[in-house]
Amino acid sequence: MKDDRDGRKPIANGKLKRGAARLQYGADTDLSTPPVDEAYLEVLRELVAHLRQKRTELREEWARRIMQARLLKAMTEDEILAECSAVYDNYLGTLETGSLEALEAYARDLSERIIPRGVETHEVLGIVLLLRDVLARSLFAKYGQNEGILFRVLDAYEPAANRIANTVAVGFVQERERVIRQQQEAIRELSTPVLPVRERLLILPIIGIIDPQRARQLTEQVLRGIRVNRARVVVMDLTGVPSVDAAVANHLVQTVEASRLVGANVIVTGLSPELAQTLVTIGVDLGKMFTVGDLQGGIEEAEKLLGYKVVPLDPKTDY
Amino acid sequence: MEIPILKQRDYLIASVQSVLTDEDLTNLRDRLVQQVGRFRSQGVILDVTGMDVMDSFAVRTLRDLAHMIRLRGATTVIVGIQPEVAFAMIQLGLRLKDVPTALDLEEGLAYLDRNKGKRTLPNHE
Repeated sequence: MKDDRDGRKPIANGKLKRGAARLQYGADTDLSTPPVDEAYLEVLRELVAHLRQKRTELREEWARRIMQARLLKAMTEDEILAECSAVYDNYLGTLETGSLEALEAYARDLSERIIPRGVETHEVLGIVLLLRDVLARSLFAKYGQNEGILFRVLDAYEPAANRIANTVAVGFVQERERVIRQQQEAIRELSTPVLPVRERLLILPIIGIIDPQRARQLTEQVLRGIRVNRARVVVMDLTGVPSVDAAVANHLVQTVEASRLVGANVIVTGLSPELAQTLVTIGVDLGKMFTVGDLQGGIEEAEKLLGYKVVPLDPKTDY
Repeated sequence: MEIPILKQRDYLIASVQSVLTDEDLTNLRDRLVQQVGRFRSQGVILDVTGMDVMDSFAVRTLRDLAHMIRLRGATTVIVGIQPEVAFAMIQLGLRLKDVPTALDLEEGLAYLDRNKGKRTLPNHE
């Protein structure tokens, strides 16, 4: 056996070779890669056969330990059992072929299903490590008598198991990050609505902290909104903005001036004392800023500019 | 010492009757800027009759106050600047840029009444 191991005989089975090679190349992390040869594959095949034979028993043991550790609280017991079976089979498949692709796809799919249900990263990592532990214990129980074989089994098992844990965790985190990116995009879109209230009058309520990126996006949306709605007056309401730094304040002033260039006047409303102070400190040209105390006053002013007059309904009229 | 702020119709009136420390001044500025929003005031009259001395800090604070109130949607008129103080300000080059001034409280009120709702936008002139 030892001679075989050092001899590096060519591997007959092409599929196995491809898979094994991938295991070796995939190791960016410092998980040690065992020599890939017939003996190694032999050991791997044997331990996979052993784990497959014990499938029912080990799978139940694993599910039991998951529940004991109070992981996956968001899922029911039946769901956990069902997922356990699927993960277990995928896990063995990956151990056997060394190909991470199927597992990656499965991890992505699983993450997609469980992230909306509030499953946390530590839980996913926890269950994968538990499975690794359950399987390792089973291997110890079987090969523990013979130290030489045990070492070879662990040589084959450990790196593969590490890589699987790595793949699942990375897959989960990537999926999560994708969701976060998507949500950030949605929030950003929603956070600066440009709303037409009357013919040629837009309001732009801004809520929350403005960072330089949001300020840029804001300018873009205002200018686009003015063009699309052919607006003549824009009421920019900053009631919901607690404070800004000098750079963002400057950007807001520039937005006002840029709007004038595309033919609309901006009425700024709801400046808090802090914001007013920041603008005065950066030395804003008051001749260029038309400001009104609150949104109500701003809309009234804008209506006046556009020639609207709001008249109360005649109480005698039937409506 | 806290300067009382009086509300009269659409206007706020603050009258300074004694010499102020820097702290009193900034405190007055902060309160005025805040209350303009609370009462939806159209104008603020700041009576400085009692200020016999005005240093550069005081002038700058008053100017900032007026600009901040402008940004909050109201107009500030500073009234009652003493002749000696006015002369000293010009000699020292302390200017109240863009801030309207008037002789006394009555003139200040008249100025605000005259200019009510008289703000124009560049594109609408």
